Amino acid sequence: MLAPWFGVLAAAFCAAGLYIGFFIAPTDHQQGEAYRIIFIHVPAAWMSMFLYLVMAFWAGVGLMFNTRLSGMMASALAPTGALFTFIALWTGSLWGKPTWGTWWVWDARLTSELILLFLYFGFMALQAAIDEPRRADRAGAVLALTGVVNIPIIYFSVRWWNTLHQGASVSLTSAPTMAATMFAGMVVMAFGFWFYSIATALARARCIILERERATDWVADYARVPK
Amino acid sequence: MNWGGWSDFFAMGGYALYVWGSYAVTLGLMVMEIVLLALRGRSIHGELGRARKRGGP
Amino acid sequence: MIAGGVAALAIAAALVLSAFRQNLVFFFTPSQIAANEAPQGRAFRVGGLVESGSVRRQPDGVTVRFVITDTARSIPVVYRGLLPDLFREGKGVVTQGKLAADGVFYASEVLAKHDENYMPPEAAEALKKAHEVSVKAAQTLIVPEGGGR
Repeated sequence: MLAPWFGVLAAAFCAAGLYIGFFIAPTDHQQGEAYRIIFIHVPAAWMSMFLYLVMAFWAGVGLMFNTRLSGMMASALAPTGALFTFIALWTGSLWGKPTWGTWWVWDARLTSELILLFLYFGFMALQAAIDEPRRADRAGAVLALTGVVNIPIIYFSVRWWNTLHQGASVSLTSAPTMAATMFAGMVVMAFGFWFYSIATALARARCIILERERATDWVADYARVPK
Repeated sequence: MNWGGWSDFFAMGGYALYVWGSYAVTLGLMVMEIVLLALRGRSIHGELGRARKRGGP
Repeated sequence: MIAGGVAALAIAAALVLSAFRQNLVFFFTPSQIAANEAPQGRAFRVGGLVESGSVRRQPDGVTVRFVITDTARSIPVVYRGLLPDLFREGKGVVTQGKLAADGVFYASEVLAKHDENYMPPEAAEALKKAHEVSVKAAQTLIVPEGGGR
């Protein structure tokens, strides 16, 4: 069972990331200590988008090749993806109030991230509403794949439209516009969240597999092995 | 080190509500997810164990 | 019950998407307003920079006047209320309100828009000094008649 090991890694990276974020990274000249929300907000937002893409990928594979495990993997990822989306929105709101002066605006970045949360909820609700697992997987896959277009919208929203949310501080094509220690804290937390996501996805996939296949011989044999 | 003492740390430059409100909810939700997953795992194992005792799946 | 939940989500998503489309142009720049691209007769948002030296607090203690600029055009703004902490001259601002016939924008809400740079105060100080030095250097540079070189 790999999940606990990823859990340990997650805890280690998050501890290191938080240490860097609070005790090594300096304060910000503009936002003061309020900016330290960044060490959760940005990694959570990255995870919210990344997990959706992975979920949609597995859902798509399951749809195309009729493989059972792919669909189960997609279902295993959804709750954690929704969690990080909510965290991104929640921490973003708490960060917006003291800096922008508002808890919320309907600009393109915030609105598209909220839509992402609805996509995750819709995926989970749809699968819960359909009894037959293969049909549930297929329906969920169609929704997940349709929603993939939202991911580039979220990412490029600050470039394509006028938004209150500022542009990217970190990109693949240019140097980060933040102090090195701040950037390091953010990246370490991102790895911590990533390992956490792997751990929860694996643990949840295990539950899903056992639940769905409980009528089979191999699961009966598995249950026979004493814990 | 950034802080004059623990009271400075908790005060977060006056932004305590926003910073700790963010971190506390994040931690709480992640812990809740882990606990719910653990309960789900325990539940399915319990069910399988009972099925085994009854002599079949 | 789950079907009801899915339906509620669909309705919520539809409402969100409609808010999205309305706010796709989240704010207009002063240049866009000068070009008559901003909506007439209803509230909209103006975005730009707070023009340095333009902030004036009125004698009543509540009203403040300032100018929003995009370096090409500018719009005078009047606002009654609390300004956000990060409202600064020379920094980004997004304000919601109505444009009056006299060309003044009467704001009901003022939000600060900050940039994507994060640095400690010492780095910001160093950047400011470096900028001042380069401005001074440009001012004292002597360029020969006819362009030289």
